[in-house]
Amino acid sequence: MTVLENTKKVLTEIGDMTLFAKRYFKSVFTRPFEWDELLRQCYLVGNKSLLLVGVTGFILGLVFTLQSRPTLAEFGAVSWMPSMVSISIVREIGPVITALVCAGKIGSGMGAEIGSMRVTEQIDAMEVSGTNPFKYLVVTRITATTLMLPLLIIFGDAVALLGSAIVEYLKGGVSFLLYFNKVFDAIIFNDVLPATAKSFFFGFVIGLVGCYKGYHCKKGTAGVGQASNSAVVYASMLLFVVDFIAVFISDIFFEI
Amino acid sequence: MKEQHPNRAIVMEVSNLEKSFGSNKVLDDFNLKLYKGENLVVMGKSGSGKSVMVKCLVGLLEADDGLITIRDKNITSLSQESLDILRTEIGFLFQGSALYDSMTVRENLEFPLRRHKERLDITESNQELVAEALENVGLAHAIDLMPSELSGGMKRRVALARALILKPSIIIYDEPTTGLDPITAKEIIALMNTIQETYGTSALIITHDIDCARVVADRVILLIDGKNYIEGTFQELAGSTDPQVRAFFK
Ligand SMILES: Nc1ncnc2c1ncn2[C@@H]1O[C@H](COP(=O)(O)OP(=O)(O)O)[C@@H](O)[C@H]1O
Ligand SMILES: [Mg+2]
Repeated sequence: MTVLENTKKVLTEIGDMTLFAKRYFKSVFTRPFEWDELLRQCYLVGNKSLLLVGVTGFILGLVFTLQSRPTLAEFGAVSWMPSMVSISIVREIGPVITALVCAGKIGSGMGAEIGSMRVTEQIDAMEVSGTNPFKYLVVTRITATTLMLPLLIIFGDAVALLGSAIVEYLKGGVSFLLYFNKVFDAIIFNDVLPATAKSFFFGFVIGLVGCYKGYHCKKGTAGVGQASNSAVVYASMLLFVVDFIAVFISDIFFEI
Repeated sequence: MKEQHPNRAIVMEVSNLEKSFGSNKVLDDFNLKLYKGENLVVMGKSGSGKSVMVKCLVGLLEADDGLITIRDKNITSLSQESLDILRTEIGFLFQGSALYDSMTVRENLEFPLRRHKERLDITESNQELVAEALENVGLAHAIDLMPSELSGGMKRRVALARALILKPSIIIYDEPTTGLDPITAKEIIALMNTIQETYGTSALIITHDIDCARVVADRVILLIDGKNYIEGTFQELAGSTDPQVRAFFK
């Protein structure tokens, strides 16, 4: 395939995803609401990724702090560590890493699950039994990831800061109390608000791409693997695009 | 086998149905009438468009052209709400059973009840309905199993129980015996006949299984090249001298 054809394919796909998103917004506020399934999906999204997000976040905090120490020490600025680490983690690294981990875990899972339901005609079966499969399967999942990702990101940030605090305690003898005092001094509202706002969009992107890929899965078992795989690829790529846009916008509003 | 009454009520009528996928013209002027209480079998080679045809009937695929009337309602002009209501009168058995694999047998059977039970004035509890439906297909003991724990024949029976749970007046079977061993296939066929006798349903049966057609069919339509090539009783078709028809019955 030439580069031109490839670009065309990606752009067409993004166009289709936009229509899919439009359909989501049309359905999400109309009756009947699938509350039970939404709650179940929220639980699954949180439960499936909690451990993974925890471990990744913890190691991220540890490694980030360990690697920053020598440089800061050179300038005699080790006491700035808590503020530097917390601002980088809360504003950028925490949300992006957690979202990428979730794209791999949740996005691919949704692509595979809905894709195999498509291939084995379970979605058709729902439709003929009078339940709207788009509302039951897609709307609940996208809403669940949109609501749960901010929580997972906050959790990931907290664990990362804990990891960082442990390194500071072991290497620099900084007490946990002092460390977290400095953290809360450093972080201000203008750090937290844009980060939280964009984490809703991250959640939306992960759910949207996973469900879109599954819902439009090609027939056959190969189609399911492809749906799952390209869900991760597209979601990761779109996460960075969304991140760029979010940083750009918050730069205008919060950084005078 | 029952006699064909020319003045019996028509429950489903398809005329001039056309459907293409790109340049692949699958259905080209297909016609069918399903009378109340009869078993109509549609036969055709694999890939001849049988599944596409039944999916058009229930609105899973949009036909390019043609008129589909079910119980005097034109399905293409119905709102989503009315279409969903009409669909509760139709039981649909999918070619691959299509059980929801993340749910138990019980939850699979309860699924069609969640939206339509109140409206249909069904007074029995979900539990009674599920028990009765499973009893009908002889699988009362499988109620708490997952679909992955069932054999192919059991899956087909559960799917049948699910298709029947709202007591539909029309049943569409898409290749009910395909992929099953001959003995299980016979059991499913017997079950189809029992259901028709008990509930007086009208059935549209898609198959390429001659034995199945022989036992259940009141009337047979042969689907060739997207058209209803020939129509008649099983005996009439089996006795035909047309080479295309003979190819099926030899
Ligand atoms: N969703 C689809 N997209 C494109 N082609 C399809 C689709 N569904 C069915 N077809 C094509 O329609 C033809 C008939 O398929 P089908 O109705 O499944 O055959 P069968 O008679 O074995 O049930 C096949 O050639 C198939 O490739
Ligand atoms: Mg078929």
